[in-house]
Amino acid sequence: MKQFITYFSAIAMLAASASCERDEVLIDIEQTQVTEPVMTDVYGFYLLNEGNMGSNKASLDYFDATTGAYNLNIYAARNPTVVKELGDVGNDIMIYGNKMYAVINCSHKVEVLTPDSAQRIAQIDIPNCRYALGHKGNLYVSSYVGMAQIDPTAPRGAVFKVDTVSLAVVGSVEVGYQPEEMAIIGDRLYVANSGGYRVPDYDNTISVIDLNTFTVTDVMTIEQSANFHRIDSDSNGRLWLSSRGDYYGNKSNLYVIDPASKQVIKEMGVPVSDMWADGDTLYTISTEWSYVTGQNAVSYTKIDMATMEVLDHNIIKDGTEKSITLPYCIAVDPVTKDFYVCDAKSYVVSGTIYCFNRNGILQWKQTTGQIPAHIAFYGKNENIINHYYNE
Amino acid sequence: MKHPKCSALVVALMLLTNVFAQAAAVIGNDNEEKFLDSIMSIQEVEVVANKRPEIIRPQTLAGADLQRLNSRSVADALRYFSGVQLKDYGGIGGIKTVNIRSMGTNHVGVFYNGIQLGNAQNGQVDLGRYSLDNIEAISLYNGQRSNIFQSAKDFSSSSAIYINTKRPHFADGKNYRVSVQMRTGSFGLANPSVVWDQRLTDKISMSANAEYTYANGRYKFRYTRKQLDGNIAYDTTATRQNGDVEALRTELGFYGYLANGRWNLNGYFYTSERGIPGAIVNNVFRRGERQWDKSAFGQGAFEKKFSDLYSLKVSGKFAWDYSRYLRDDPKELYLNNHYYQKEAYVSISNLFNITDWWSASAAADLQWNTMDADLTDFSYPTRWTQLAAIATAFNYKRVSLQASLLGTFIQESTRSRKLYTASPNKRELSPAAFFNYRPTGSDRFEIYGFFKKIFRMPTFNDLYYTEIGNANLEPEYTYQYDIGFSFNRPLGHKVFDFVALKADAYYNTVKNKIIAYPTGKQFRWTMINLGRVRIAGLEVSGDVAAHIGKVNMKLHTQYTFQRARDYTNPNDTFYGDQIPYIPRHSVSVSYNANWHGWDLNYSFIYTGERYNEQENNRYNYEPPWYTHDMSLSKDFKIGMVQLCIAGELNNVFNQAYEVIHNYPMPGRNFRLTAKVTI
Repeated sequence: MKQFITYFSAIAMLAASASCERDEVLIDIEQTQVTEPVMTDVYGFYLLNEGNMGSNKASLDYFDATTGAYNLNIYAARNPTVVKELGDVGNDIMIYGNKMYAVINCSHKVEVLTPDSAQRIAQIDIPNCRYALGHKGNLYVSSYVGMAQIDPTAPRGAVFKVDTVSLAVVGSVEVGYQPEEMAIIGDRLYVANSGGYRVPDYDNTISVIDLNTFTVTDVMTIEQSANFHRIDSDSNGRLWLSSRGDYYGNKSNLYVIDPASKQVIKEMGVPVSDMWADGDTLYTISTEWSYVTGQNAVSYTKIDMATMEVLDHNIIKDGTEKSITLPYCIAVDPVTKDFYVCDAKSYVVSGTIYCFNRNGILQWKQTTGQIPAHIAFYGKNENIINHYYNE
Repeated sequence: MKHPKCSALVVALMLLTNVFAQAAAVIGNDNEEKFLDSIMSIQEVEVVANKRPEIIRPQTLAGADLQRLNSRSVADALRYFSGVQLKDYGGIGGIKTVNIRSMGTNHVGVFYNGIQLGNAQNGQVDLGRYSLDNIEAISLYNGQRSNIFQSAKDFSSSSAIYINTKRPHFADGKNYRVSVQMRTGSFGLANPSVVWDQRLTDKISMSANAEYTYANGRYKFRYTRKQLDGNIAYDTTATRQNGDVEALRTELGFYGYLANGRWNLNGYFYTSERGIPGAIVNNVFRRGERQWDKSAFGQGAFEKKFSDLYSLKVSGKFAWDYSRYLRDDPKELYLNNHYYQKEAYVSISNLFNITDWWSASAAADLQWNTMDADLTDFSYPTRWTQLAAIATAFNYKRVSLQASLLGTFIQESTRSRKLYTASPNKRELSPAAFFNYRPTGSDRFEIYGFFKKIFRMPTFNDLYYTEIGNANLEPEYTYQYDIGFSFNRPLGHKVFDFVALKADAYYNTVKNKIIAYPTGKQFRWTMINLGRVRIAGLEVSGDVAAHIGKVNMKLHTQYTFQRARDYTNPNDTFYGDQIPYIPRHSVSVSYNANWHGWDLNYSFIYTGERYNEQENNRYNYEPPWYTHDMSLSKDFKIGMVQLCIAGELNNVFNQAYEVIHNYPMPGRNFRLTAKVTI
């Protein structure tokens, strides 16, 4: 009996000691030397990894070109006091003026960070925010939902206006359904509406906002297509608009539009998942699932935006494309013209970023966070490095 | 990332239990039968059964032992079983499903009073909805219930959980029994229930019961992180929101006996509204999703032994399910979907006792499932399933053998406007074989094992969900190999009454695993058959019963080791990694002492480190968690009235933990129960 009591009390004591609080520690930065240092006006770039919805695994990486080092997962270490770190689904990142903006879709916020060290300056709450664009001291952020809804069961999207000095939302304007990217020509903001959550009634419009009055002054309907995603402008004042296509045989496509006549000037016949305009050269990537082959069809193109001709259907020249499963993001270094392709693989694993030189030869590759998706170059001169810079 | 302190604790507990068992083994009592009856195995009262119909004993929790556990639902009780991983999204209304031996939730068959609970839509049964109030026994069978006199459906899953409600039971000379219970506690719980059993005739009795549950579902949770230098990075405590639940369950059953046979008819109705609390992510601590469910089914069974040679069992069911999902959150896109499912099922099983040591059976089932939903371009699937099983059993002195072969035939059709076509017809043959060897001729020591190949059908969601489903999916197969032994012995010692030990080693493979695959579109996924998992596991459990004076005590310990690795594609970064949410080590310990109607219960549950996604890297790491739960109850008898008052304290040390990534579990919480029976 004594034996029994001894054993039982020993178990009880041990069990009680198991109430030890374990310390969970923030995940620190992982640094890898990936290449030789290169000194140009571009110091490096930030890569925003989306992370799966609900996983809170949005993360920020920084490639430091001046040292050749790749820094994985820098946000938590630079901002240790932010509860639950960067957040859920990183959807866009850009540097405008002397600040960096990271749009975190499912955390309903825009993180305002210092461009040199990625430390938080402020957090701006914007519900369901998607993409951001800077213009004349203001930041414009597209969102799937507006402030007040006429019909809350079929909410229209909105564009929010943020003062980049006070970092306060100073206005919002209702646009089409589930707006995505925006482009600016002159004082007009063009918003690509998708209606992606209204299957099969996709939106086929571009909302036009006059930035002087911050009101929608026009809605361009593009009859040929719907479900728009990417939009950019070229030096000839034309819009480049991508459609995701739909499930029923209308494939993803790229259109060139004259904003004055509101007409499609040219249908490029190029599917687009992501695109990046470097000057008047447009790089595109695309991944499309086929139920016929049971595989994803992947394509890469380079387009001359001035002549509206495809320059190249195979921008990777050394066979590396065979090891890229699901290209999700493309970006071009404005100085060296090196280009970067991010592979999101199965979305639920760490991605890989590939660096190619201007001739399409692999320079280096590196593991990233989950769903590597959005790149912002950081450098000496905003005019050179800011992809989003307009005017 | 290792936590030596906690691993040490587990090892220490294991060792101690072992020492405990060894100390006990040296010494002999008649308490054994009682003990066996309650914790080891409650055999169903088989009117027409062969001797020892199940050649491998299930893990069972029954009767008083089941009621004493700090468990609100069937899901909570299953945590004490070996080889079970509970997926728990937290709180009273949160979904709770189980994964047995790492093969996946969809491979678990859940049988309610002998007939499978279906969910053709997603193949999962939320075990959090089944309260323990009117449950007699919960049994877990690996492979299948090794009893050849059963429906073809009983042969059709990789592992099975049987939930049996209480059949009316009357004290001598009484024709009724009524018990009323009230529960309250943390989360704003109000949970009254009533059970009324009535003897109608000599041979027929009735049981009616109703249970209402309301809870606001609020609880405090905490997230703490430290910096590398040891300083606090953040430490935040918040209240879980939108986790409220309101539910009503009513059941009515008629039970009858006839010469060499019995029958039952049961009706079930459940209705609920609940908030879906959702993942806690940066800047989002409250969500606006809600769900409504209604579920109704009627089922009946009849069995009779017509002669020494022939017995018959017939059963049938009709079920109707409704579910509504609403996302009404100003920050999100509005969603309001309604889902309807119907299921009809009939089964006939025949048993032939050819000699007293050899029997054979044949069973045929027919099932119909259909689903309706107001999703865009939904394909309105209908599935017909025919199952035919033949089985044979030998029970000869020291050896028992069983073999079964199940044939499954499935046809599907859809009504769709656009691209969707129905999944092609399926025909599958699934064998299983079981053995049990008793070296000493007594069932105190048994060596047993089984082999089984089976599959699960893709669910309606896998096949037809708008823009995600893939009608060309093949079934997902599992292959199971198991060998084990069980030993038990009454001791008759002045302290130690009884000891039992059970161990199983197993190897499973999952082929053609159905996984979500990215498509590069905004609706990012489709379902494909790509995935191969190999699972090696070890389960050990021990029981000791002892008494000191009039204090009777029981200790149950179980340990599970699982290595469940992904072998899909050598080019994957996670090739060879442990699959998500499967710990290598898990332990549970429960201790019970009773004295003069006082009953003390203590339990400890430990789940080792896991990964929340395929890659076993630091970004997906989930730390181990463990909880300590206690309860104390007292039975009184005042005249004809029986009264029981119980208090429970769960998560005694108020530990912050998550079972599922970003779904915080409740801290310390309590519950009070008062029950009156006349």
